[in-house]
Amino acid sequence: MAKFSGMKINPKHFHRSQLKFYFILIPMAVFMGLPILFIVSHAFKPLNELFAFPPRFFVRVPTLQNFRDLIDLAADSGVPFSRYLFNSIVVTVSGVALSILITSLAAYGLSKLKFKGKKLLFEINTLALMFVPIAVTIPRYLTIARLGLIDTYLVLILPLIAMPVGLFLVKQFIDQTPNEVIESAKIDGASEMQIFLKVVFPIILPAVATVGILSFQLIWNDVIGSTLFIDDESMKTLAFYFNTVAQTMPGQAANPVAGQGILAAASLIMFVPNIIMFVFLQNKVMNTMAHSGLKG
Amino acid sequence: MTRRMNHPAWFFGPYVLLFLTFIVIPVILAIVLSFTYFNTIETPEPVGLRNYVELLTRDEVFMQYVLPNTIRFAFIVGPVGYMMSFLLAWILAQVPHKVRTIFAIILYSPSMTAGIAMFVVWRVLFSGDQSGYLNSLLLNWGFIQEPIQFLTSPQYLMNIMIVVSLWASMGVGFLAMLAGILNIDQTLYEAAYIDGMRNRWQEIFYITIPSMKPQMLFGAVMAVVGTFQVGAIGVQLSGANPTPQYAGQLMVNHIEDYGFIRYLMGYASAVSVVLLLMIYGISKVTFNLLGEKN
Repeated sequence: MAKFSGMKINPKHFHRSQLKFYFILIPMAVFMGLPILFIVSHAFKPLNELFAFPPRFFVRVPTLQNFRDLIDLAADSGVPFSRYLFNSIVVTVSGVALSILITSLAAYGLSKLKFKGKKLLFEINTLALMFVPIAVTIPRYLTIARLGLIDTYLVLILPLIAMPVGLFLVKQFIDQTPNEVIESAKIDGASEMQIFLKVVFPIILPAVATVGILSFQLIWNDVIGSTLFIDDESMKTLAFYFNTVAQTMPGQAANPVAGQGILAAASLIMFVPNIIMFVFLQNKVMNTMAHSGLKG
Repeated sequence: MTRRMNHPAWFFGPYVLLFLTFIVIPVILAIVLSFTYFNTIETPEPVGLRNYVELLTRDEVFMQYVLPNTIRFAFIVGPVGYMMSFLLAWILAQVPHKVRTIFAIILYSPSMTAGIAMFVVWRVLFSGDQSGYLNSLLLNWGFIQEPIQFLTSPQYLMNIMIVVSLWASMGVGFLAMLAGILNIDQTLYEAAYIDGMRNRWQEIFYITIPSMKPQMLFGAVMAVVGTFQVGAIGVQLSGANPTPQYAGQLMVNHIEDYGFIRYLMGYASAVSVVLLLMIYGISKVTFNLLGEKN
């Protein structure tokens, strides 16, 4: 027993023996974190610091000029920045809400309802975990065109919200809720839907938050929808606009370096909502992930 | 209104409808179109196996660049990213909660950055003139005389793609494995040490990994899918499709090239089908490899 060291998993306090782990963690965190820090720093650099040679990592005199330029640039192209922002917010908020609703409904069905073909449905969904949407962009486009969804907000939402990973995670989470709670509600005369809404949904909020984060990332960052399925410039999203700026910017030989600051500002705007959500909900995400196991 | 909703259809209706429309039908359509000639204007014309035969025998770009690139990229980024996820998760489990949370957020955050971050960070870092950070450093230290065109020279592009992908590979699978390690019953370790387990390597292979196998499998699937999903990266870094001398061309770019640039949708669909089959095959092999350890 003297050499027993297994209890070091999830320790309560710092101990000298943990130092060796920090020797790996800190360099890794630097490698992963520096680029993010670079975006933040770059976004606030004034023009003369962007041009500085040799290049400097950290900003010295922060300015909001890059953000202003980014907004002005949109106005020049005909669609005001606020319009892109509005589109992104509408699409993301309604997309996340819908995704949470349909995913948790289906997850409850897979976990607690008894019906024929349930096992098959779960297996199909597990298979779909391996689905890579980008591989079928073309047939997806054809399907969407045939359904007449081109140039609607729906096309920015619907293709993204049936997430096999989300369904899988919520289903695994609901599996943990005891059947007794559900049985006793049934004895009281509640329908399956009432049980789902009043009993189960409040219990599975951690998993719901996780699906929320995943679908938020997917919809907020999505460029393909606006690029392929929307022709009307005023219906496209922020992610699309930023991507366009990024693609045209380096080509403008007149001012490629100034463009970097604008792009950094754009990256930051895209990144900040994601990180804020994750920081606030990370506890719930970890709680959900504990039940994420796949059976081989 | 909710009092009579007992039928499974109430629960599955919306999900299944969307799942069919945007996942199942496109996959079936891809399979059907892959046996046709389709230029998006005329109706598709059945050509049997011609697209596949052409892909495997006559598409030099595919055989010489796209397929080897995809395999090389996937076989490095997939396993290395996966092992990194596990090791970092394991290390994170050895430090106290607060520190762990901070590190976990830092490690996870690259996977949240959108494609646009690619333009800012990596193109500036590897930029081919003196304003590129790496070139500037190397010039300063006297390692090189002339700036290196990192992003447009074939010999560097692929390696940069691999580094950037690894940077962003600590995603959902990493979180799942971290949660899995933290949830292992502590008494298992105690018992094993009483039974004569001597060191932490044994602990990892005999207790940790077998106890969290479901999370390991989930992480593996996420790693495989994540690897094949990042197709756009070479194009984003180099700023061109096709990438310079096809050095960073992956299957996804090949599909785009044929589908949206040359409008050969039937042929592009055949590439899509091959890609989906590859992902499925690799996932299956991974499953078997990991499954046997039990």
